[in-house]
Amino acid sequence: MAEKLHFSLVSPERELFSGDVDQVDAPGSEGNFGVLAGHAPFMTTLKEGRVHVHIGSGERVYDVRGGFADVTPQGLTILAEHAAEVV
Amino acid sequence: MASVKDLKTRIASVTSTQKITKAMQMVAAAKLRRARDAAESARPYASRMAAVIANLAAGISGGGAPRMLVGTGSQARELVVVATSDKGLAGGFNGSIVRAAREYIAGQIAAGRQVSVLTVGRKARDQLRRLYGDLYLATPEAGVPSLAKAQEIADIVTARFEAGEVDVVTLYYNQFKSVVSQVPTRQQLIPAQIAGSAPTIDLKGAGYEYEPDETAILAALLPRNLTTQILAAMLENQAGFFASQMAAMDNATRNAGEMIASLKLIMNRTRQAQITKELIEIISGAEAL
Repeated sequence: MAEKLHFSLVSPERELFSGDVDQVDAPGSEGNFGVLAGHAPFMTTLKEGRVHVHIGSGERVYDVRGGFADVTPQGLTILAEHAAEVV
Repeated sequence: MASVKDLKTRIASVTSTQKITKAMQMVAAAKLRRARDAAESARPYASRMAAVIANLAAGISGGGAPRMLVGTGSQARELVVVATSDKGLAGGFNGSIVRAAREYIAGQIAAGRQVSVLTVGRKARDQLRRLYGDLYLATPEAGVPSLAKAQEIADIVTARFEAGEVDVVTLYYNQFKSVVSQVPTRQQLIPAQIAGSAPTIDLKGAGYEYEPDETAILAALLPRNLTTQILAAMLENQAGFFASQMAAMDNATRNAGEMIASLKLIMNRTRQAQITKELIEIISGAEAL
């Protein structure tokens, strides 16, 4: 199995997700992007849209609004004013 | 001396007061748990936000920095935001915030600064409006802390700042240290305070990439950071308020218990004195025959 990416999704009310994942796709303000482990340091604001989190063969989807993403060598953090899991 | 009947009425009244304070204490304890959870689950967001801003601010160079970060270059006009609760019956909770804020405001005015006041919560409004009526701005009620509420307050603050009416914005609230200790705390909102302790992120030699550019991201983040800080303060206040109310009501319940005990003692003595008096009357009546 390839290297895992540490991902956390935090809203002002609570931490919605925190853990190791394979890939995260997010709606950047200048275009959608995917993050894998070992991504270059990168920071962007997010449009309103959906964040797809791939864990193994499974996938979790979150609706986010008013957020931004921060990629560091330690992993990806998405801070969103509004975030909810899509069931 | 009060009659046995009067004492009975007083005991009944204190007992019903005690029932009320006891109920309020239990309600506050239940609400405290929820308020504490809310305050704690808001912390990761606030701390990540602070770390990201510190990181951005470190990389940004002088000229293009937003004014919310570096200030207007003057400190002459200050807006003091005082956050309390809407309700009382919580011991010195509101009083201690207001006192700390009042001392600070008096100091700033004495130093020749122009101060305006914005209160959050009914108690701060009641206590400060009389003193600083002319400096007074607006008075949103605290209500239940929510992002929308914090946003509303942040909007008022931002509007004043953008209009160039204030240079510095300071927030007063009670920091929730523990159930028995809430500390009135002053926090500077604008210019944004960069947490010196925020860990710098090790980029392992790679450069950060920004979309859009750094200044645009920072400009988008700073107002959000303001809202987050206000929300955090409101949540801390909420938790502190219930803790303080719980302690105050616990005291009140205990005091009522002591009062009932001493009233009962007086009542029994009075009754006994009366019985003794009646007995003496009967005996001396019988002896006279």
